[in-house]
Amino acid sequence: MSGVFSPSRAKIKERTLRTDKWWLEPAITFGVLFSFVIYATFRAFEGANYYAQHLISPFYSPCLSEACVPEATMFGWTPVSAEIFNFALSPALIILIFPLGFRMTCYYYRKAYYRSFWMSPPACAVAEPHKTYTGETRAPLILQNAHRWFFYFGLIFNVILTYDAIISFKNPEGEWGHMSVGSLVLVVSSTLLWFYSLSCHSCRHTIGGRLKHFSKHPVRYKIWSWVSVLNHSHQKFAWYSLLAVAFADIYVRQVATGAWTNFYFF
Amino acid sequence: MARKLNLRIWRGDATDGGLKDVQVDVNEGEVVLDVIHRVQATQMGDLAVRWNCKAGKCGSCSMEINGKPRLACMTQVASFDENETITVTPLRAFPVIKDLVADVSFNYKKAMEVPAYEHPKELAPGEARMEQIDVERSQEFRKCIECFLCQDVCHVIRDHEENKKSFAGPRFFIRIAELDMHPLDTLKNRKRKAQEEHGLGMCNITKCCTEVCPEHIKITDNAIIPMKERVVDIKYDPARMFAGILKREKRN
Repeated sequence: MSGVFSPSRAKIKERTLRTDKWWLEPAITFGVLFSFVIYATFRAFEGANYYAQHLISPFYSPCLSEACVPEATMFGWTPVSAEIFNFALSPALIILIFPLGFRMTCYYYRKAYYRSFWMSPPACAVAEPHKTYTGETRAPLILQNAHRWFFYFGLIFNVILTYDAIISFKNPEGEWGHMSVGSLVLVVSSTLLWFYSLSCHSCRHTIGGRLKHFSKHPVRYKIWSWVSVLNHSHQKFAWYSLLAVAFADIYVRQVATGAWTNFYFF
Repeated sequence: MARKLNLRIWRGDATDGGLKDVQVDVNEGEVVLDVIHRVQATQMGDLAVRWNCKAGKCGSCSMEINGKPRLACMTQVASFDENETITVTPLRAFPVIKDLVADVSFNYKKAMEVPAYEHPKELAPGEARMEQIDVERSQEFRKCIECFLCQDVCHVIRDHEENKKSFAGPRFFIRIAELDMHPLDTLKNRKRKAQEEHGLGMCNITKCCTEVCPEHIKITDNAIIPMKERVVDIKYDPARMFAGILKREKRN
């Protein structure tokens, strides 16, 4: 007997006496994240329908494989073979580790999935089902400390996805100065990714959080205080950017398969 | 106008105990501590409850109300439905002494384990000066009233008694953060100690400590995560390690 059922503690047989719907938030989080994982897995392995009319799916950008549609590559640069051990390699799988690693090690998502997937704990003051607990002190969870590395790589991805959004201001004939629903979708998606990255706790630390003397670094302090404002909404940006990226991919896929028409405003 | 309130109070000690139902008058504007005092005055003369200021500033009346760690003096009865039964129990992360009083001495032991502020040797007392923006950073942490609700809700010790020996808890992580961010503190290895001796790595940032803090201190975002990042600086950042090696080589 451990935890709230330890011999010295008040003898209460319930794991929690909470009367509110404490299970609702982790249940919704589980549902949304699990759906995203299923969809992203399907799309990562699909290896098709990621480019249409200058729209590149964020799941496939940068497209680095020899198997990439030529228009989807970055200036034709394809350093990775299309096959590994005679298995066709989807271009998404080459780059997946970076956005995935950034979100997996994100301080907000850690809270979200520790609660909703691992139930450690499922909610505050609700006893968890695990007998032992070592937190993030051992492998594999000690790897959460690599978050800032994924943050740095994430910034490179943000630049590339912003470039993709700019490219989308071309019409199907390749002429600049045209805007479609797809352009809007990619702009919103890349903007939210910037907000998600810049509100990140590692960004806040790197910018100025590690300082001992704010007064000796007034510029870094100022930027730190701006990042701190964004950081208050990190959870919101985490969700909005996730949903925006998923929607951007869905949109590009639908246009690529011909199911939706990419409407041009001008 | 008074109305009847259904209350369930945990009564007992470390050997045995259980929830007892009582019905008690409640007036408009009263808090849970008021009705507990009325029960004590009219029905259970020997009910043990710890309290002091009744203003949310002393941190004495910490208990669990409908399963949530809260201050009884700051919990309005009107925040519950009129027909709802309110359940009050002692803090469930600590040993019970009697009724609603828990033994929180664990926290005082942990407080003693945190190394104190170390003043720069070259500065005599009274010579130290700090800029306002440096002071403001730690002011948030100094709002702590030591109610230990954050300690109570932290699943690392609440659900795992065995972790108590190696885990200081959120209250002391804000103390460590406050000192590590102090521009004049000269103690070396505070970050390393936080990770290796005070169990910072055990925290999986589920933010319950922040949720229950009656002073609304952003424990996780402003203390625990910044400390984790500072630990990454010294223990898990290959670029900084490499830079450190180069610096040492250059010096030698």
